[in-house]
Order: sequence, then C-alpha cells, then structure tokens
Amino acid sequence: MSDSARFIGEEEKIDISSIAPIRNYSSRFLTFLSILCVVVLLASLSWVLWDVAKEGVNKLNWYNLTQIRYPAPGLEDGGFGHAIVGSLMVLSTAAVISFPFGILAAVYLSEFGRGTRLAYLVKFSCNVLTGVPAILCGLFAYAVVVRGSGFSAFSGGIATGVLMLPIVIRSTEEALLLVSPDMRLASVGLGSTRFQTTMRIVLPTAAPAIVTGLIVALARAAGEAAPLLFTSFNNNFWSTDLFGPVATLPVMTYFFAIIPFRPQQQLAWAGALVLLAMVLVASTISRFVVHKTKK
Amino acid sequence: MNPNSVSGAMQTQSPKPTSYVFQIENLSVYYGSNPAVKNVSLKVPARQITAFIGPSGCGKSTVLRCFNRTNDLIPGARVEGKLTYHGKDLYAADVDPVSVRRHIGMVFQKPNPFPKSIYDNVAYGPRVLGMKVDLDEVVETSLKRAALWDEVKDKLKESGQSLSGGQQQRLCIARALAVQPDVILMDEPCSALDPISTRRIEELMKELEQDYTIIIVTHNMQQASRVSDMTAFFSVELVGSNRVGELVEFDKTEVIFNNPSKEATRDYVEGRFG
Amino acid sequence: MTSAARDFESSQDINIEKKMDSSRILDVGFVRLTLVLSIFAGILLILVILQTTEAALPAIQQFGLEFLVTSRWNPVENIFGVLPQIYGTLMTSLVALVFAVPLGIGTAIFLTEDFAPKWITVPIGFAIELIVAIPSVVLGLWGIFVLIPAVRPIFRAINESMKWFPLFGGPAPRGPSLLIVSLVLSIMICPIIASITRSTFESLPRNLRDGALALGATRWETILTVMIPAGLSGIVSSIMLAMGRALGETMVAAMISGNANRINISLMQPGSTITGLIASQFGEAGRLQVSALMYAGVVLMILTLVVNVLAEIVIRRFQNLEQ
Repeated sequence: MSDSARFIGEEEKIDISSIAPIRNYSSRFLTFLSILCVVVLLASLSWVLWDVAKEGVNKLNWYNLTQIRYPAPGLEDGGFGHAIVGSLMVLSTAAVISFPFGILAAVYLSEFGRGTRLAYLVKFSCNVLTGVPAILCGLFAYAVVVRGSGFSAFSGGIATGVLMLPIVIRSTEEALLLVSPDMRLASVGLGSTRFQTTMRIVLPTAAPAIVTGLIVALARAAGEAAPLLFTSFNNNFWSTDLFGPVATLPVMTYFFAIIPFRPQQQLAWAGALVLLAMVLVASTISRFVVHKTKK
Repeated sequence: MNPNSVSGAMQTQSPKPTSYVFQIENLSVYYGSNPAVKNVSLKVPARQITAFIGPSGCGKSTVLRCFNRTNDLIPGARVEGKLTYHGKDLYAADVDPVSVRRHIGMVFQKPNPFPKSIYDNVAYGPRVLGMKVDLDEVVETSLKRAALWDEVKDKLKESGQSLSGGQQQRLCIARALAVQPDVILMDEPCSALDPISTRRIEELMKELEQDYTIIIVTHNMQQASRVSDMTAFFSVELVGSNRVGELVEFDKTEVIFNNPSKEATRDYVEGRFG
Repeated sequence: MTSAARDFESSQDINIEKKMDSSRILDVGFVRLTLVLSIFAGILLILVILQTTEAALPAIQQFGLEFLVTSRWNPVENIFGVLPQIYGTLMTSLVALVFAVPLGIGTAIFLTEDFAPKWITVPIGFAIELIVAIPSVVLGLWGIFVLIPAVRPIFRAINESMKWFPLFGGPAPRGPSLLIVSLVLSIMICPIIASITRSTFESLPRNLRDGALALGATRWETILTVMIPAGLSGIVSSIMLAMGRALGETMVAAMISGNANRINISLMQPGSTITGLIASQFGEAGRLQVSALMYAGVVLMILTLVVNVLAEIVIRRFQNLEQ
C-alpha cells in the first residue's frame, strides 16, 4: 500500500507508488470482508436489541412489574411481579453461597497458594467447570436437592450458585492480582499477619474490582433459565417460600414464549427487556470500573 | 544474653556483642536451586547507617530482605548460613517471622502508601499489632520524626496516595516508625524521587541514626558516601550461566571510598565498572 | 511516648519467638479456611460429574450403550435412545462454527490490525462483548418471533432449488429447524472466537509483524502468512471453547429447534438437541425417564468436557510457550 511506505528520495529510480495490482485488489477485498464481518455482528446485535426494546416497552409498566397474578392463558390481565420476587430469592441464595465461598477460595489462589501445584489444579478445574453447560448445573442440583425435597427456590439457588462459583473465583482472583505486591510487603513489613494484610489492605484495595465482578456474575446468572427449569421450576402464584417452587424471570419468559397467546407473549417480551437491560447495565458499569482500575 | 541460640564461636569473634544488631556468617540465599548470593559474612553495628552498594544483580537487596525475613514470602527461596539478631538466630525454628518484622521496619524503593488516609497509614501498624497507645500521639510523633508533620497536619484525613512522591516516601518512613522499630531497612528509598526529595530523606536518615539502626541499599554511590558510616560492596560473579552475588568488601565508609583494599572495590567506586 | 525509639541495650526486650496467641490462631485458621474452600472449589467439578452419573445409573444399566445409537423416545413404553439428539447437538454446533469461525476471526483482525482508529474499534469491541451477555432465553424469544419469520422465505427458496442436497431437503420448511438454531448459536459464539483471537493477536510480539512488513509484505500477506500461523493455538482453543458453549446451549435449542424426536438429516427440518430434550421433557418426566434424561446429560457432559479440557490444555501450552 502506497501510504504505508515511508521511503523518501531517489524517486526516479525506485517506484513506490504502487504494488502489483493483484496484491492490491486482494488486499482491498480482504479488508472489505473483515469490515463485513464486523458489520454482520453489529447488525445482529442491533436487530436483537431493537426488537426486544420495541416489543418489550409496550408491556413494560409499573402494573406488570408489580402485579402478582399470573394471567390465565389468553387473558389480558396479569403481570410478573411474582417472577421478579422469585428471581430475587434464587439469586440471593446463589449469592449467599457463591460470594463468600468464591472470594475466600480466590484469596487462597492469589495470596497464599500462588504458584503451587494445588492452585494450578484448582484453577484448571474451575476453568473447565466454567465451560460445563448451565443445564448440567441444574441436573446436579436436581440430583442433590430436588430428589430429596422437591422443586424449590433454594435448589434453584444451589444450581445458580454452582454456575457462578467458578466465575466469582476467576474474577476475584484477577481483581486481587491487580493489587500491587508492594502493598502486601509494606503491610507484612509492619508485622501484620497474613489475615490482617488480606482483610485490611488487599481486599479493601481490590474491593471495587471485586464488587464489579460479583455484579456481572450475578447479572449473567440472572438471565439463565436452563439451571432453573427443574430446580425452582415455576409457580403461577405469588410465593415467598424458599423451599417451594417459584416463578423466575427467565423461566417465565421461556414458558410465555412457547404458548400461543398474544398477551402472554407480550409479557415474555417485557420480561426479556428487563433481563436484557439488567445485563447490559451491569456489563457497561463493569467496563468503566475495570478501565479505571487498570489505569 | 540469650544463651540458647548464640554459638560459642560467635561470642569469641565479637567481643562487644551488644554493639552489633545483626551478625551474618556464611549466608547464602537460593531461589530454586540457583544461588542468588553466596557466603556473605558481616556485622551491622547498632545506631549507625550501613550502606549496601554494588551493581544490579549483586544480591544486595536479597541480603537486605533476609533481615526481616521477607524472602520467606517468595516461593522457592531458601536461606543457608547464620543470621543472628541481637544474638538470636533469626532463622531458628521457634522464631515467628511476623514478630521479627514488627521490630524491623522496611521502606521500599517505590513509595507505597496504603490507599487509606494519611492518619490511617501511620496508625495501621499500631492497630494491627494491638499496641496500647494513644494513636493520635503516635501519629503526630511519627510524622514529626519523619519531617512530614508540618506539611500534612491539616489534611490527615486525605488519602496518603494524594501526596507527592517525596512526601509519600516520608509517610512510609513515618508508618514504619509508628510501630517503634529497632531497625529500619531501606531498599533504594530515593531511586524514584527527585534530587530535592532525595536530599530531605538523606537529612532525615542522619537524624534517625541517633535512635535507630539503619541499613540502606542504594545504587547511588554519592548517597552511600554522604549518609553511611559503614559500607558493604557487593559484586556479581558468573558461575556457569548463573549470576551469583558476593560480598567483596565491608569496612568503614571512608575506607571503602578512599582507600579500599580490593581492586574491584576501587574500580567500582571510581566509576570504572558497571 | 517521649522517645519514639526504644532502647535495646539488652536483648531480653526483643521477643521474636513464636507464640500461640489469638492473632496467630486466627491467622492460621484463616489460611486453612481459604485452603479448604479452594480445594472444595477444585473438586466441585468432580462432584457435578459423580452426582449426575449416579442419578443416571438406572438408565445406564437398562439401556447401556444402545442408548447412544437408537432413536426411539417413548415414555409410555419406557424405551429411550438419543441418537437424533446427538446428531442435532453435533450438527447445530458444527454448522454454527461454519458461520462463526470466519466471522469471529475477521472481526478479530479488524479490531487488532489498525484498520480503524481506536475511537472506532474500542466501542465496537465493547458492543461485541455485549453479545455474549445477552441471556439465551432472550435470543430464543427473538428467534421464535423475529428470525424465523424473517428467514422463512429464504429457507424455502434454498429448499426449492436444492432439494437434491440432503442437508437442505425435505418438505417446505415451516420454521423451527436445526439451521435456525445454528444461526442463533453462531451469533452467540462468534464474540467468544473474536475476543480470544484478538487477545492472541495482541499478545504476539510486535517485531513479528514488523519483520514481515519490513520485507515488503502487504498488511494482509502479513496477517495470513505470519499472524494467523503464529496465533494458531489461540485461535484453535477459542474455537473449541465456542464449540463447548454451542454444545451446551439450552434455551435456544429448546425454543427454536422444533424438539422433534426423530432423525432428520435435513437442517431445514425440525430436530432436537440433548439440551433441548432435557429442557422440554424434564418437567413432567417419570422416574426412569428422569434417569434417561440424566444419562443424556452425562453424554452432553462428556462431549463438553472433552472439548473444554482440550481447549484449556491448548491455551496453557500456548501460555507456557510465551513465558
């Protein structure tokens, strides 16, 4: 390409104005293809976002968000307040299980076990677990909890917690690695124990990045229907029983999407919009926090 | 005297053991199977400034980190030989490295205040150690000793990281002083600072020398000759493909800089090496 | 405190021996706690495998390996086989890769190779990462109501003109089909390939590219002959991770595959995947059927584990080479 050449002088002898046309054309063609790839992806994203926003906004109002009754098929009346409550119950359970567990395990990997064979194996296993399909976390929770005590919000929380744990561990470990080693040495140099150094210096310093990671993990998990289908299952009524089945936003969206009644389908779109907005906001916030920390 | 960890040989070698804070004999440090520094022997006198100089890779910082056992934190690091602190073997099985570090403060190459307020930075040590002291008083005294009080007394609640580089380093010194240490280790404390800040830290060291034993690692020979009483010159030798540090000469600073007994020392201090 | 320094003329003042005081007990206890939790996190994967397999045992004993090669799914007679689902799972993932691999690598090249200034590539990179975050149930919903009607005429045209080709054959396509699933899956996994390939390219030493450019190669000759071969292991592992995600994706398959319990070679016809089968049948399954679904889950687990472990090993080997 002529513009990338930086050769000056002796213009008569050396022709730098062009390269063989065939190389030039194929170069341009490939550049065009690569731009096309980006355009296709961005177009798909905008297409999805546009439809969800357009269809979802119609039905998204305070009434639906808070209404507790699940509409009978074909009827107009009803909302999905009960599914929001159910989702909150499932996610709280998952957070209570996976946050402290994941943070402490990550503290070991980053602070005490760094470079050991054990840490290597744990990280390997966690990475593989991240790749295990979400639906298998649901099967696991079914086998462990549901077989004994039936469908429940609690078992949905277990399934979602298993799903989140490796993500929490990984993002927390990454956040801890951003804390400068000098900071630990300074604290240790003053005679503080590993516990004090971790609690008073390392975790507070990494807190913004850790919290961001937790929010993203939670937002992603909030959209997962697969692990909940046969754990928290579904419920047509308002329920705050942690040990009974509950409706959740993603599962409700799924069931409403596959029944042939327009009012329900509209509620599904509204549910989809809520899920999508949640995930997009969390991802955007995390993007800015992570950028700030890395600087 | 504590008899259980001082060998007889050591006592005959050093007629005035209380005047030496550290005594090192044949100290070697390994990272994995490679020695980083070999066979170092020296004595650090109390209430004086001892400087470690030498080219990079000569192991001076490695030796420094043995004094407060921060080498323990590096996976694969191993220490051989004898290192006594006030006559006690620092690497004896019954020694708690955390308690060691409580007596031996450290100041690092890059100023590293915690992301906390100036006050909390200084108060951190007394707090974690559970010292029964008046925190306000400790903070004020420590900041005064570190010659920082006048500049920060009106903004103790501001973040320690908002200070300038030189101020941050003095804050780190104040932080180390707050736990009432016996020794202060300084690992190139001025290498990240401008000349004016460097001068202030050097003045501060001369003042602190009245009460503390100071060991400073420095690249800067002028600095060593300006501030230190004793100087240890380390060099690096090629053993196979490994660079191994060694102690070449240890003597009074004026001897090292004016009349060294080894050729290698003379070459280095006259700038013909490295 | 009058003097900050303490007098250590006598060494008795200095106490550096180990003591079992409360702060030390707390410290040791804390480290052990984190150790135990991290070990538990490490064996969680094994727990998941064991529990699912245990729940699948009745079906494994009853059907054995025949389960994998028969295609009847009859809850009334309690006869189960998942050949159609294995076919559907593998086909949808592979076809999704056919779309996603070039798309992902092309995108990664655009984002790394200075085709556009940073203020364009940075937001584009972020937008593409957002795609990964879209809940799959939302994509499934969009697939049912937007994508299926939109592509139906195109599918019909292809089906009309290429009936002789088995993958496009069968009666006129109505909507739910394996190909639709593949299309949505390819949108989902493309960002995975793009972002890992991109970071692979960015981690390659700068002088590699400069060397080729200095020899007079064009930018694209450099990309094709130097960058892609040098980053191959990163690209390969990104493809395998993407494949793992595609194999295990549930909601899209459950919502738009048609959940047909028979083998249809044609991608234009309704089919089924392992995940779709489990999702659509679990709610009202009887005892042996639950076990059979667990068995199907084990099959899926093995498929994804193989793919993910391979990807992880390739990545780690690549990282070791770098260091």
